Amino acid sequence: MTEILSAAVIVGILTSAIRLATPYLFASIGEAFAQTSGVLNLGVDGIMLMGAFSAFYVTLHTGNVWLGALAAMAVGLLMGLLMSLISVTFKAEQGISGIGLYMFGLGLSSLLFKVLVGTVYTISGFPVVKIPFLSQIPYIGQIFFQHSLPVYAAFLLVPLAWWLLDKTTWGLKIKSVGQNPAAADSLGVNVDRVRYFSVCLGAVLAGLAGASLSTALVNLFQENLTAGLGFIAVALVYFGGWRPLGILTGALLFSVVNAFQLWLQVLGVNIQSDVAVMLPYLLTIAVLAFSMNRVRQPAALNKPFERGEN
Amino acid sequence: MPPNLVAAKPILQRKLSIDLKDVLFRASLPLLAMLAALVIGAVLLILLRANPFQAYAAMITGVFGSTSGFTQSLTKATPLLLVGLGICIAFRASVINIGAEGQIILGALAATWFSLTFRHWPGWLLIPAVLLVSFLAGAVWGFIPGVLKARLSVNEILSTVMMNAIALQLMNLLIRGPLMDPAGITAGTYLAQSERIPEQAWLPRLVPQTLLHAGAILAVVLALLVYIFLWRTTIGYRIRAVGLNPDASRYAGINVSLYQALSLTLAGAFAGLAGAVEVIGVQHRLLEGITSGYGFSGIVAALFGGLHPLGLVPASWLFGSLLVGADKMQRAVQVPSALVDTILGLVVLFVVASSLLSRRWSSRRTIELSTTEEANS
Repeated sequence: MTEILSAAVIVGILTSAIRLATPYLFASIGEAFAQTSGVLNLGVDGIMLMGAFSAFYVTLHTGNVWLGALAAMAVGLLMGLLMSLISVTFKAEQGISGIGLYMFGLGLSSLLFKVLVGTVYTISGFPVVKIPFLSQIPYIGQIFFQHSLPVYAAFLLVPLAWWLLDKTTWGLKIKSVGQNPAAADSLGVNVDRVRYFSVCLGAVLAGLAGASLSTALVNLFQENLTAGLGFIAVALVYFGGWRPLGILTGALLFSVVNAFQLWLQVLGVNIQSDVAVMLPYLLTIAVLAFSMNRVRQPAALNKPFERGEN
Repeated sequence: MPPNLVAAKPILQRKLSIDLKDVLFRASLPLLAMLAALVIGAVLLILLRANPFQAYAAMITGVFGSTSGFTQSLTKATPLLLVGLGICIAFRASVINIGAEGQIILGALAATWFSLTFRHWPGWLLIPAVLLVSFLAGAVWGFIPGVLKARLSVNEILSTVMMNAIALQLMNLLIRGPLMDPAGITAGTYLAQSERIPEQAWLPRLVPQTLLHAGAILAVVLALLVYIFLWRTTIGYRIRAVGLNPDASRYAGINVSLYQALSLTLAGAFAGLAGAVEVIGVQHRLLEGITSGYGFSGIVAALFGGLHPLGLVPASWLFGSLLVGADKMQRAVQVPSALVDTILGLVVLFVVASSLLSRRWSSRRTIELSTTEEANS
C-alpha cells in the first residue's frame, strides 16, 4: 500500500486526471450553454462519437490533426442543427429527442467506422507541448504544463465561457430565454434564434470533446469509443450548477476518481476491476444527489417555447 | 363532409366520428415518421452500394415469408411490450425512464440466480416465483432513481443512465464470478455466461421448433391490466393527473413526488419482467448482451404506441418485425448492423418531431368543434 502513496504515483494520478478532464470540460461547458438557454441536449454522447470519428478519420487520411478538429466541429454543428430543428422548431420532448440523437450518432459512427476504416488504427495525434519555464517547476510542471494543446484549450474554455455567460449581452440573452422565454420574447429577443445558437455552440464543443478523445487522449477510434462519457458530461452540468467554475470542479473531481481507479488497476491492487469501474458512476449519482437542492435549474429547461401561449 | 352536414348530426355521433379521425391521424404520424426514416435508410443503402429495393424486400419476406420469421417478430415484441408498458406508466407521470437497460439486467440476474438456487422446486411454483423475484429486482432498480427524484430532486434521466452503467458492471462482475458456468470453468473456456437454468423453469413454447414462448401472452395480458390500472383505478388516475398538471395535482392534495417515484418503480418492475422472460423464455441462461438494446428500443416502441398500453401491443409487434426484418436484410445484402441502429435513431427523432403536428391537429380540432357548436346555438 505504501506504493500508492509515493510522490511519483500521486503526480501520475493528477497528471492523468488533468488529461482525462479534457473531454468532460469541452462537452459539459457546451451543454451548459444549451441548458442555460432552456434546451436539454441528451444527445451529447452521440455528437461526441461523430466528432471523435470524423477527427480520427480526417487525421488518418490527411495527417493533419487541425483539419481533424475542424471536421469534428463541422460535424458537431450539423448534429446541433438537427437537434435544434427537432427540439426548438418542432418543440419535441427533449429527453426523447436527445436519446434519438444519441442512437443516431452511435449507429452512424459505428457504421462509418466499419465501412470506411474497418480495423483499429493508432494515429499520431496532437503532440505534447511543454510550456517554457512553467513545465520545469517540480511536480506542478509535470501535472499542469506538459500536455497537448486540446488539454490547455479545454481549461482555457472555462474562464472564456464564464465571461461569455456572465459579462456579455449574448450571455444575458441566453440566460433570459432559459429563465423566462415569454418575457424575453416580449422584449424583442428572438427566443428560437438564441436557442439555436446555444444548442449549436454546445454541439460544436461536443464535437471537439470527441476530437480531443480520438486525437489527443487515446489516438484511436473504435465503436462506442465514448462509452457513455457524454451522459456523465450532462450530469456534470447539473453538478456544476450551470456555472463554468462549478463544472470545472465537477470534471476535476470526476477525473481524479477515474485516474485513481485506472492507477489502482495499473499497480495491480487486488480489487475487482468491475467494482473500480463502477466507482465513477456511483460518485456521479452521489454528487447529483447532493448538488440538486443547492442550485435552481434554468426555469424553462426542458420546456419548448410556444409563442402566444400565455 | 361539408361542415353544415356535420353540424346537423346529433352531438354524440359527431364526437364519435371526430374521435375516429383523431385516432387515425395520430396512428398514421409515427408510421409516416418511420417511412421517412426508411427513405433515408434507402439513401444510406445506396451509398453502401446495396440495392435498397432488394434490401427492403428481404426485410419484408424475412418477417412475413416464413413461420420462423413471424414467430421471431412476436418473440422480439414480447420484451419490447413489457419495457414499453413501464415507459408508458412513467411517461404518464411525466417521468422519463432511460434506465430500462439496467432494469432488464437486474431482472435477468434475479431470474438466473433464483432459478439456479431453487432448482429443485417444481415448475408450477418456480416459474411464478422467478417472475415475481425479477419483477421486484427491476422495481428496486427503478425505485432508487425514483426516491432520489422524490427526496432530493435528482434528475431521473441522468440517474437512470448511471444506474444502467452500474447494472452492466454488476452483471459483468457476477457473470465472470459467482454466476459463471461451472462447465466453462472445468473445460477451461471461461465463457462469460451462466449455467443453463433447470428445464422446469423454462416458459412453455407456443409454437414448437420456434423461440415463441408463453411470455408473449403474459405481456398482452399485462398490457390490458396496465390499461385498467391507469384508466380505471384511483392510483392510475393520480399518476396521470401528476403527469398532466403537477401544480394542479399538488393543490388537489396529491403527493406528486410519491406518485412519480411509484411510476418509476413500476417502470423498473416491468423492465425487470422483460429481463426474466428473456432468460427463462428465450436464452435459458444469462449471457452478455442479454438486453439486446431492448431498454432503448422499448422507448421507441412506447412512442410508437402513443404511450398508451393498448396502442403498445401493435406498436411493439411492428417494432419487433422491424428488428427481425433488419436482421434478415443485413444478412441478405451484407451491410453492417450499425445501419439499423442509425435508422432507429432517425425513427425516434422523426416520431418526436411529428408530435408537434399531432398537438397542432388536436388544438385545431377543438377550435373547429367549439365553433360548430357556437354556430348551432
